[in-house]
Amino acid sequence: MKMLVCISKTPDTTSKIAFTDNFTRFDTSGVTFIVNPTDEWYALVRAIEVKEQLQTGSVTVINVGPKENESVVIQKALAIGADNAVRIDADAADAFFVASQIAAHAQQEQYDLIFTGKETIDYNGSGIGGMLAELLDMPYLSLANHMVIDAAGSATITREIEGGVEVVTVNKPFVISAQKGMAEQRIPNMRGIMSARTKPVKVIAPVSVDTYTSIVNYQLPPARTEVKLIDPENPETLIKLLHEEAKVI
Amino acid sequence: MSVLIYVTHANGVIKKSTFETALYARKVADMLGTADVVAVSLGNVSQAELAALGNYGVTRVLADNSSVFTQFDSAAQTKALANAATATNAQVVVLSHNSAGKAIAPRLSVRLKAGLVTGAIDLPVISGASFTVKKSVFSGKAFANYAIHTPVKIVSVSPNAFPVVKGSGSATVEAWQSGVLGADVKVTVKEVKTMSDKVALPEAELVVSAGRGMKGPENWGMIEELADALGAATACSRPVADVHWRPHHEHVGQTGIAISPNLYIAIGISGAIQHLAGVNSSKVIVVINKDPEAPFFKAADYGIVGDAFEIVPRLIQAVKTFKAQNA
Ligand SMILES: Cc1cc2nc3c(=O)[nH]c(=O)nc-3n(C[C@H](O)[C@H](O)[C@H](O)COP(=O)(O)OP(=O)(O)OC[C@H]3O[C@@H](n4cnc5c(N)ncnc54)[C@H](O)[C@@H]3O)c2cc1C
Repeated sequence: MKMLVCISKTPDTTSKIAFTDNFTRFDTSGVTFIVNPTDEWYALVRAIEVKEQLQTGSVTVINVGPKENESVVIQKALAIGADNAVRIDADAADAFFVASQIAAHAQQEQYDLIFTGKETIDYNGSGIGGMLAELLDMPYLSLANHMVIDAAGSATITREIEGGVEVVTVNKPFVISAQKGMAEQRIPNMRGIMSARTKPVKVIAPVSVDTYTSIVNYQLPPARTEVKLIDPENPETLIKLLHEEAKVI
Repeated sequence: MSVLIYVTHANGVIKKSTFETALYARKVADMLGTADVVAVSLGNVSQAELAALGNYGVTRVLADNSSVFTQFDSAAQTKALANAATATNAQVVVLSHNSAGKAIAPRLSVRLKAGLVTGAIDLPVISGASFTVKKSVFSGKAFANYAIHTPVKIVSVSPNAFPVVKGSGSATVEAWQSGVLGADVKVTVKEVKTMSDKVALPEAELVVSAGRGMKGPENWGMIEELADALGAATACSRPVADVHWRPHHEHVGQTGIAISPNLYIAIGISGAIQHLAGVNSSKVIVVINKDPEAPFFKAADYGIVGDAFEIVPRLIQAVKTFKAQNA
């Protein structure tokens, strides 16, 4: 199975979010960056597991971003167990731009499976997988929490639907977005970290594509008002307040 | 010219998210001076059910009840929706940012060469050629205003961001052929498992959630009882799902699902930043925690400092009494 895993660089989950240039730019000063959690924990690890289970195939990770992403996210993915990496040397301008770059590469390489995480924790778009699938004319299995696949590429997948899950079957090639349940997070070991340095990272120039969207500016949410504490001896008061004051029940 | 919406239904019953998108689309159409809000219905939904979309501002329904749509395949659904968009000269397509919308909207964006903003939390701001949409970013820690530059625009609307108000009206229902064939469907649905007796978490208006403070899965009875008494869905913190005290789909937060119910009651949850990220757009937050220093109190509207094992049973009683009085 020839597999591609799309990985994004996102601020660490504990990052304080601030903006500069009159709220038009995300302030990266003091921010630690990580591999987007669902990309790493579920998409990447499941791809590696499939390779281990079938004892054949390859796992390539791809990132659209600047050179510094090689040391931040690509090395980590290689240390966890990807075989090689591709970096498309461009800023991730919008979802369509990113998907188009990945699709251009995927078209040449003819991957059997393409993984994404279910969404990034920075722009919360949830769009790259579906766009890729349409660009490559493949089925898209979104929000998957379980996948088994045989050597012939016939897969059984459980995916989230409104108020439940559905179990589907599909044949390769396809695009899948992974969420909790797909795999368990793996911590890279020393051998992984050492071998990552020798694994190939291919840098590709971007194809020319127009963006469809852009961010005009950002806002920070208004602060919540001070909590109203209710006497633990009279929890019944809460129900009264929720009905009469907050009007939510 | 039209504003187009997609009908989400389960076994022929239209979901609330469709009413949200219909009302949103109606407002967008009014802003654009467009009369038609067209709903695309794929699969078997009754004529009466579809006509009733008129109560939410829909003028026309294009209904393709072909059996190919009994299998949900995002590619087939996208093709049908794209054909409808072209046929009705759609300026804007509105979907819900639910699991169907997340599968379809990005595909449709490519197919129609239309810019997409997912998870909109407000109506667009339209002035001349400029069209901007506000959404939540950095997992609820900020908002961003996105401009869409393409002639056709796609917006997927965050569930629960818009209150559903039923008006009156009736939509014209037209039998329509989407052009989707059996060969377009490449995904086979083997089994659907719905928790039909429960409120689905992403759509729930009221949520009762609990964390490690509950000590063990055997103590969830009172959480479920409180949720049942309120008519609420249940949720949990990540460590609780990780150790399988609760199913994965209940895990809320930055790495679980993000929700925005009207009421979120957090019991025995400390309020870590990653947890808050998934729930801080809830309209009202109640925190019950025995530690007065728990960070969650800073994000709460109402709080009770005390032992959940004493407080929750009393709340259940209070809710039952309240429901009996207001029945
Ligand atoms: C990258 C990353 C992503 C993460 N993503 C998520 C996520 O998506 N969602 C998420 O929830 N977490 C997430 N976490 C974990 C998060 O940091 C916290 O560890 C987690 O939310 C804590 O869960 P908790 O509040 O249930 O448990 P604890 O932090 O252990 O808190 C238990 C609380 O219960 C209270 N308590 C104990 N006994 C009682 C009692 N009898 N009555 C009342 N209160 C009581 C305690 O005072 C305490 O505040 C993530 C962490 C990382 C590093």
